[in-house]
Amino acid sequence: MNLELYVFYLFSLLLLYSSVNVIISNNAVKSAIHLVFSFFFSAVLWLILNAEFLSVILILVYVGAVMVLFLFVVMMLDINVTAAREGFVKYFSVGFTVFISMAGLLILFFNRDFDDSENNVLNEIKVVSDDNTENLGYVLYTEYLLAFEISAIILLLGIISAITLTHKKNTINKYQEPGEQIEVKREDRVKILKDKDLE
Amino acid sequence: MIPVTYYLILSSILFSISLAGIFLNRKNILIMLMSLELMFLSINFNFIIFGNYLQDITGQIFVFFILTVIAAESAIGLAIIIVLYRARDSINVDDIGGLKG
Repeated sequence: MNLELYVFYLFSLLLLYSSVNVIISNNAVKSAIHLVFSFFFSAVLWLILNAEFLSVILILVYVGAVMVLFLFVVMMLDINVTAAREGFVKYFSVGFTVFISMAGLLILFFNRDFDDSENNVLNEIKVVSDDNTENLGYVLYTEYLLAFEISAIILLLGIISAITLTHKKNTINKYQEPGEQIEVKREDRVKILKDKDLE
Repeated sequence: MIPVTYYLILSSILFSISLAGIFLNRKNILIMLMSLELMFLSINFNFIIFGNYLQDITGQIFVFFILTVIAAESAIGLAIIIVLYRARDSINVDDIGGLKG
């Protein structure tokens, strides 16, 4: 009957299932895989919400890049699984209490009547067409150009800091040190010998 | 048309699950970082829901910027975890208290 509602129910249940598995799984690789699944399911839900470009970006950037990075780190570190699990039972009551209280508070706050009339539509920003990607690009490169460039700088900063943090200094290879080369004085290299010294 | 309340309740439950995940996985900082990613996902959900509800594309623009910031954040966070693992040989949160006075 109402296909949209069925798709919503199906994928929201799958999303909640996989996100619960992320936090209770005892293997970090399984957690990462379930996180990938929850990104997929929420991409489907974003499609229903008319955010086509962002749902594709979520799959391409997140599943393609960030989660691969996560899996790479998980497999690079040799984690003791049993040691990582201790404290789970101890903190379970705290975590469950936090979950119930936070979810109850938020649902109590959000469970009100939002009228679905057209009165609340804001029309401050003009849209150029029905195409989501075209609208997004138009607004991004006009209204939010400065923020776009700042986000580019943030990504550059991320690259630089990640490389400088993890880069090990190479001690095997020989390389030039320009500072030391410049600082060299004549006395370090040249020694003048008199004739009598040779005798 | 699905009521906007359904989506809001879904994102609230997602946020609460990820918050509980931070409390439960005290020994493993990697899963804490994954819970953080889930939390950002639920926040992005809220932006998209209200952007769709108010027919305003600014919500999606915000999600775009949040996605770039999370990508940078997770890259730096994972780099810090690798450095920590080299120094301490564990990713237990309790072992990071070395700067405590």
